[in-house]
Amino acid sequence: MPVVQIEKAALCQCLNRKDFTDDEVDELCFEFGLELDEVTSEREMLAKEQGDAKAAQMGDQLSDAVIYKIEVPANRYDLLCVEGLSRALMVFQSLAQPPLYKAVQPAAGMKQMRVAPSTAQIRPYVVCAMLRNLSFTPASYKSFIDLQDKLHQTICRQRSLVAIGTHDFDTLTGPFLYEALPPSDIVFKPLNQTKEFSAVELMQLYSGESHLKAYLPIIRDSPVYPVIKDANGVVLSMPPIINGDHSKITLNTKNVFIEATATDAHKASVVLDTLVCAFSQYCSEQFTVEAVQVNYPDGRASIYPSLAYRQVDIQVDYLRKGVGRSDSQLTIDEICNRLTRMCLVAKATSDATVSVTVPPTRHDVLHPCDVLEDLAIAIGYNNLEMSLPPTLCTGKQQPLNSLTDKLRLEVAFAGFTECLTFALCSEKDISERLRLPLDSLPAVRIANPKTLEFQVARTSLLPGILKTVHSNRSLPLPLKLFEIQDVVYKSTDSSGSAVNSRQLAAVYYGKSSGFELIHGLMDRIMQVLGVPVDQYKLSATEVATYFTGRCANVLYKGSSVGTIGVLHPETLAQFDLTLPASAFVFDVEKFL
Amino acid sequence: MEDLRSNILAYIDKHETCSSTELCKEMNVEHQKIVGALNSILAFGEIISAQPEVTSRLELTDEGRQVADHGSHEAVLFASVPAGDGAPQSELMKSVPNAKIGFSKALANRWIRLDKSAPGGPRVYRQVESVSDRIRHCLQMVAALSLDSLTAEERAELKKRKLVQEGRVTVYRVAKGPAFTLTLAKEETELTAEMLATGVWQTLTFKAYNFKALGQQPDCGHLHPLLKVRAEFRQIFLEMGFQEMPTNRYVESSFWNFDALFQPQQHPARDAHDTFFLTEPAACRLDAEQADGYLARVKAVHSNGGYGSIGYNYDWKESEAQKNILRTHTTAVSARMLYQLAQQPQFQPTKYFSIDRVFRNESLDATHLAEFHQIEGLVADYNLNLCHLMGIIREFFHKLGIRRLRFKPAYNPYTEPSMEIFSYHEGLGKWVEIGNSGVFRPEMLLPMGLPESVSVIAWGLSLERPTMIKYGINNIRDLIGPKVDLKMVSVGPICRLDK
Repeated sequence: MPVVQIEKAALCQCLNRKDFTDDEVDELCFEFGLELDEVTSEREMLAKEQGDAKAAQMGDQLSDAVIYKIEVPANRYDLLCVEGLSRALMVFQSLAQPPLYKAVQPAAGMKQMRVAPSTAQIRPYVVCAMLRNLSFTPASYKSFIDLQDKLHQTICRQRSLVAIGTHDFDTLTGPFLYEALPPSDIVFKPLNQTKEFSAVELMQLYSGESHLKAYLPIIRDSPVYPVIKDANGVVLSMPPIINGDHSKITLNTKNVFIEATATDAHKASVVLDTLVCAFSQYCSEQFTVEAVQVNYPDGRASIYPSLAYRQVDIQVDYLRKGVGRSDSQLTIDEICNRLTRMCLVAKATSDATVSVTVPPTRHDVLHPCDVLEDLAIAIGYNNLEMSLPPTLCTGKQQPLNSLTDKLRLEVAFAGFTECLTFALCSEKDISERLRLPLDSLPAVRIANPKTLEFQVARTSLLPGILKTVHSNRSLPLPLKLFEIQDVVYKSTDSSGSAVNSRQLAAVYYGKSSGFELIHGLMDRIMQVLGVPVDQYKLSATEVATYFTGRCANVLYKGSSVGTIGVLHPETLAQFDLTLPASAFVFDVEKFL
Repeated sequence: MEDLRSNILAYIDKHETCSSTELCKEMNVEHQKIVGALNSILAFGEIISAQPEVTSRLELTDEGRQVADHGSHEAVLFASVPAGDGAPQSELMKSVPNAKIGFSKALANRWIRLDKSAPGGPRVYRQVESVSDRIRHCLQMVAALSLDSLTAEERAELKKRKLVQEGRVTVYRVAKGPAFTLTLAKEETELTAEMLATGVWQTLTFKAYNFKALGQQPDCGHLHPLLKVRAEFRQIFLEMGFQEMPTNRYVESSFWNFDALFQPQQHPARDAHDTFFLTEPAACRLDAEQADGYLARVKAVHSNGGYGSIGYNYDWKESEAQKNILRTHTTAVSARMLYQLAQQPQFQPTKYFSIDRVFRNESLDATHLAEFHQIEGLVADYNLNLCHLMGIIREFFHKLGIRRLRFKPAYNPYTEPSMEIFSYHEGLGKWVEIGNSGVFRPEMLLPMGLPESVSVIAWGLSLERPTMIKYGINNIRDLIGPKVDLKMVSVGPICRLDK
């Protein structure tokens, strides 16, 4: 979950509570669905990252003011900055009314953004907006940059879906053009550089920059790169990589031009709404944003930001039942009041329905159930009256799991100890180390393992048990181990799926091979499974895992359900084992 | 030895108490032998008591012991001189041990005389008929610890001749013990079949048992602690009337793991950083899901909404849904089960549970592995709400012995409302998250075909966390995997979660 930092003093001020304690803040966060992750300060954070000595050395440059690190839910983009978070809490505490955000079209006409057809090849959408007469403070400026960064990391999926560029409008001249050009045709001075580079050079330059190199693959292999220019050909940005230096915003910027390019038009609009809603409070005309017109090649014109307010009519009965309260316990007025505290302005439209206005900050509201959750939060989850569901059912086990548990007990009764090993392992574990060719195994292969230990799903329980023997070879001998778990096989049909198979494997490891003991355990298992003696027998075979002439198929009703034998000395060597061992492996599901 | 022990016991019987030196004199044996006999009696139990007293005493040197046994050197020399004719001095000096000392002392005692001018060299003759060997007698008294009759001069002489030395001797004050007896029976350690058969056990005495010693460990197998806890959780669900879901399916389609749960295709959880994708089999066919239009309904609700929802507004791709993965949660199976439930002609209220492995391609640390066990419970019935969800969670955790609960609003893509479950941890003195829960979204349930008035409430937690707390394990690798110390497996107590 994303984390937002907010100074205690700022939070106290907006919540009008000078004496707020950390516990009270924690409590408020908990109630609202946030998590107070850490109480810290600039100095403490630096000390944690770079050591106490460094923090001490910085002296007065670091502030000791208390900072709260607050985790916000992953779908609440509106809470990703101090502005949005504190406003939501103010409204929740009934200290403010939900603001009314407006997109206005200037009398002199809207600024224009023309989209060239070439962008369809790489990044087809752009949305724009203008924040007029804005005054930044150092804190709000930093927050503005931070929010863009947080949006890039979350809803924008590391800029792949949406990339935001913000510009000092007073350095630019409209109308603007969004096009896609061959990399060598894009030449400009990028942010914080002193000279011009071509896009080709930039890709080279940034391949060594830790914070930018992750974004390069989004466009690198495309024949054309997206670029936004003003009427004089000044480059605003080359999304999703870098902005131009010419139009960069500063603390003194008054008019901020925002563009967001995207592969997903809806998300671009959500991102733009989120950004302008949070920062329009610093405009001379609060909560008001100047609209920009985007003209697509097919003649379609769209006006952004959308800042749409959506009306949802909800049955009061649905809300009452959802929180388990009757008409008298929860009046329509109370419902409306409580929803308003969640920034969802609600009005009764009849005795039976409320009309809820979903603001442009609440793109997380998709369905009345989202409104229901907000109502429950406003009432307080822990104020709801618990009751048991009236659902009467009979408990029932899966037959396979029931059989498994009974077998586990029997094998443990027989003196064997249960291991629990991983379902994922290396290719080598199931092939080379068991002396089996990899291509003979129906193994499920993992595409993106972080280590060699997760290359495949296991096709045998033996490697896990033998590794366990290896880690425990200093214990008194003999070691008698077993495991009953699932292995996974690729389906043989064309379904493209895979199946689990419940297996039982046991290993005896000691001074002698102990085959008669492993054989005895198999006999015992057949006995407790109620298998008549004439339905079960061992029949000599050769499997490379086992020693030549010391391996048999376990036949049940004439077909093989597993193998048993003395392990091959080279199998033992693969697991770095120096003493002999016997083992069996068989399919439990055959006995269901 | 046995005679000596019986004699000692008889003496103590008569005198009630005595010292070990007294016994020495009485039995006429060396003190060391008395001490040996006393120790052997003490080994039979509380027949006698013996309090040690350490005193400083004269004791024989090796030479002194030799003299006490065979006579003083002078007496030995005297005895070697034949009465009458005497013997040549040179012969005596050769044949008699310690002849030089013996000769000078015997000469000084006037026991012998030397004729230097005898023919054939100096010759020794007896000067007295017989001698009394006072030195030997004195040494015997020292050995018997009866020193009273020794004069100061005699002591000084013995010391000077290095026949005695000052030593520390432990003397015992002996008395009757609570189990005093005159006859010492051998103590038995084991009750044997033979003793029972012959009835001889009735007359035998048995050695006291050492209850402080450890018993011998039984030779037995052991169940793994995590699976013992799993058994306990299964038991709780079964007691609460839940039916187990078939979760033996590690490989799942993205469709059932994500799309069916209304988790959008660009959701970060579907990223390769979090989820294991497969190369073989890379993708599956969704024929069955397509056949009855379910796939189309899921596509519609994601891209355009429906069932009262505005949806996520994006271009939903079937190819993305076909991608095989290792399931990231058992909720994929819950989705399949709910879909099956929806296919019944008449909806049946149901309670389901499962406990099985799930896989996350996460960074590994002391508490995170790429695979772990998820515990999940769900109830599907008409008109279930948050109060029911909190109620059943309270009931479930009460059975685990957890009583102080509270609920925090949370976000899950497939539940709304959603709640994290916190319990008050007495040890840590704070509230800790112990599970997650919620009401499944209508966008998930309605495309399956469940009736609109049916709600499904669900909660989940990991199996590893409560097990680590229960068995005091800090590193998850000490609990699961091939590096586990089997000693830990064998010493773990049985699992009673409410204790």
